[in-house]
Amino acid sequence: MSARITGAVFTSHVPAIGVAMDLGKTAEPYWQPLFTGYEPARSWIQDNPPDAVILVYNDHANAFGLDMVPTFALGMSASYEPADEGWGPRPVPSVKGHPALSAHIAHSVIQQDFDLTLVNNMPVDHGLTVPLSIMFGQPDAWPCLVIPLAINVVQYPVPSGRRCLELGKAIRRAVESFDDDLNVQIWGTGGMSHQLQGPRAGLINTDFDNAFLDRIVTNPEAQAAMPHVDYVREAGSEGIELVMWLVARGALADMAGGLPPREAHRLYHVPASNTAVGQLILEEATD
Amino acid sequence: MGLDKPYLDIPGTTVFDTEQAAAGYWLNQFCMSLMKVENRERFLTDEPGYLDEWAMTGTQKQGVLDRDFNGLIALGGNIYFLAKIGATDGQSYVQIVSSMTENDAIAHAEMMVNGGRSPDGNRYLHEWENRV
Repeated sequence: MSARITGAVFTSHVPAIGVAMDLGKTAEPYWQPLFTGYEPARSWIQDNPPDAVILVYNDHANAFGLDMVPTFALGMSASYEPADEGWGPRPVPSVKGHPALSAHIAHSVIQQDFDLTLVNNMPVDHGLTVPLSIMFGQPDAWPCLVIPLAINVVQYPVPSGRRCLELGKAIRRAVESFDDDLNVQIWGTGGMSHQLQGPRAGLINTDFDNAFLDRIVTNPEAQAAMPHVDYVREAGSEGIELVMWLVARGALADMAGGLPPREAHRLYHVPASNTAVGQLILEEATD
Repeated sequence: MGLDKPYLDIPGTTVFDTEQAAAGYWLNQFCMSLMKVENRERFLTDEPGYLDEWAMTGTQKQGVLDRDFNGLIALGGNIYFLAKIGATDGQSYVQIVSSMTENDAIAHAEMMVNGGRSPDGNRYLHEWENRV
């Protein structure tokens, strides 16, 4: 039996959400509604535990400064340490990788004409660890293996929505040709609307975000055609992170001619710190 | 034909592109050095001396000393790099981000709780022409 993608989780990765958990503030009035909103997702992941997660996120000037700016960077390692982003490393477990699956994805996806950068040594920042905390809480060890896939959405030019969707399709083909019985989820993280710089900082666009949540489910091909400037103008300069959701969406069966996924959970909440929070779970049809 | 940069028409927003990154290379690399606790301590002990170890412009160094984040973004800084200066000061993202706006941190946090800054009137440069 080969490996298979069984579902996709889409989630914001706001650092303050991680801080709230790390400092035990989740029951405070500011945070309590959001963490209550996460409960169905946490329950879903308990019922649908993955063996491995391909975690699509962006590095925020932690593994990659300006020495190297890879567009698509695939983690190849057996383990990844939480980064010290300036406040000290988050008190969360090391992330365990799956080098054999990473190597297989590298072979397959590069031969499908995506020029991945292969990274053997990188710390992982809040973009990767906050989604794990949101889904799994505070375990002593993360309950699944993780393959980090870091997308450059910090320095322009960043990859187009179309390119991200197509990368997801290539990843699906890679996973399905991996000769091991493995339950794989793909997570797309970042967003939703937010702007962290300049006099326009604090921008939130609820209409844009909710339309995005609808389209990522029902019409990802149309969403993939949206130009970058629309994200920046409508969802803020950091709202561009949402293109990463298209990588995860592209890896689901209907993008390869199969059945559409089932929406198992959706959450939208404003704010967490400076950011609108979205969460969506799509699970593959089983027949 | 030149490169198309439609994002230059958005008010109060600087997109960190390759040209900005080139201008801000040493500023941002200085910020990266603050990922190490010993460098954070050394910087806080003697900020001008630490900054002189980096090939930044005088204006960039002054911007760091002044914690002028809008100024630093105009000079090629990127928020994720600059946030490490704020982190070194023990500031949160809300404190760092609000310093670039018309609001202080408390008013900014309140604006966020009330739904954030609306995109209406904030999409195009011409909409800010008469902004006070």
